[in-house]
Amino acid sequence: MFRYLRLLGVQLRASALLSLQYRYEFFVDGPIEFFWAITMIIPLMIVFQGRTSVAGWTLGEALVVSGWFVLLQGILEGAINPSLTSVVEHIRKGTLDFILLKPADAQFLVSTAKFEPWRAMNILTGIGVFIYAFHLLGRPPSVLGLLSSILLLATSSLLLYSLWILTVSAAFYVVKVDNLTYFFSSIFDAARWPSSVFRGVLSFIFTFVIPLALMTTYPAQAMLGKLSAATLLSAVIGSLLFALLARLIWLQSISKYTSASS
Amino acid sequence: MSVRNTIRALPALFRVGVFEAVAYRAEFLVWVLSTTMPLIMLALWSAVASEAPVGRYGQPEFVAYFLATFIVRQLTGAWVAYEMNFEIRQGALAMRLLRPVHPLWTYAVENLAALPMRLVVALPVAIALLVFSGASRLSHHPVIWLIWCAAMLGGWLITFLANLVIGCLAFYMESSLKLMDVWLAIFFVFSGYLYPLELFPPILRAVADWLPFRYQIGFPVELMTGAHTPAQALLMLLRQWLFVALMLGIVTLVWRRGLKRFAAYGG
Repeated sequence: MFRYLRLLGVQLRASALLSLQYRYEFFVDGPIEFFWAITMIIPLMIVFQGRTSVAGWTLGEALVVSGWFVLLQGILEGAINPSLTSVVEHIRKGTLDFILLKPADAQFLVSTAKFEPWRAMNILTGIGVFIYAFHLLGRPPSVLGLLSSILLLATSSLLLYSLWILTVSAAFYVVKVDNLTYFFSSIFDAARWPSSVFRGVLSFIFTFVIPLALMTTYPAQAMLGKLSAATLLSAVIGSLLFALLARLIWLQSISKYTSASS
Repeated sequence: MSVRNTIRALPALFRVGVFEAVAYRAEFLVWVLSTTMPLIMLALWSAVASEAPVGRYGQPEFVAYFLATFIVRQLTGAWVAYEMNFEIRQGALAMRLLRPVHPLWTYAVENLAALPMRLVVALPVAIALLVFSGASRLSHHPVIWLIWCAAMLGGWLITFLANLVIGCLAFYMESSLKLMDVWLAIFFVFSGYLYPLELFPPILRAVADWLPFRYQIGFPVELMTGAHTPAQALLMLLRQWLFVALMLGIVTLVWRRGLKRFAAYGG
């Protein structure tokens, strides 16, 4: 366990050093991030034009969901995407062999290969959106709500990560899938809306198949003090189960890996 | 690179492109699935409209609008910026330069060659559109449909040329994909992809009129749903093709200047 923590430290340091080389990216990313946040809020404004609530959500409440979306996007693009995109590349080129040879868990190694620390900008943007949202609502979030939403932040990140692992596992079977990142973020895009706007089949898919609802809507509800303890508990258990499933499928598909080219 | 040679090579290139699209079915499917956004927006706006209609848009109008959006986006999609970034960085562009056909033509034909596969996806949606919203919510005017054909071509050209411009910028920087992200972000807001532009407040609508984005998606879709009279439509078609001409100019410029910097690493 301690060994893995130290390994994580080493990998983080390598990424940090690498990103310090590209300092200018910080100055490029900052404005882009701000710009993204605005383009995200415009559709929301259009939806709420001339009405106070949509599917039971007021503008302020829906903005909290958007805030969570921005936050998770930062985690996705800063800590999850970079590493796992390189796995897909490794699988295609057959260089995954070198990772499998190393004396540590392969899933751990590939998932911590690369971080993009500048993406932490998203966290600031997210907090900005929260402040604006609660300003509109005219009340601060409760302490209990904040605490449970932080717990849910952990489960949401876990869910995102597991979903990615599942997607990468697919790369073992269908090799040419460079565009998976793009696909993934386009699906994730639906998470910017409160899940209750989706009904029927979509609602089922977004709760159980691709648990977008658990990622952004639940934490937002927790922050607003609207999430029951039972839902909180089931979200935690559900995401742990999902992570376990992803791990099992990863192990299953990595056993199918037949090195390419090398 | 004579014109005659290029024209003679096009059918063969097209066939190769079709085979490629069929060969990498999984990758192709991923691209298709990543454009399902209109269907998600359809669900969202239906929920909004179920309480009260938005402007002149009730639930059925939204269904027609977003199914049309899906079709237009499927048929006018382009992704050359990604390909070019990859080929310039890896040096694979050198292979294209060796061929006796201008690379911009090969890119264009490869893109268009995905159309048969894309039609397979778009066709069921088109049928659904006819069944669900009936012929009543679609335009009846034959002239409008003629303009629509030109508008689809123009829409594809704008998307394709914009991709080329951003792709060419990879000659100057390590990767221009971040710029592509910015382009897409503005595209989502101003193209009518996420909501009918009619619902925009007047100021933003005026801005959208003078940006290329709405001519990629919103304009063809509005033609399908019969939002314009033929006279209005012709005027907008003119503006669309002005954007096409403008972007064509930019593409030739950045391509010529950028190519001089190309160093074919690896290859």
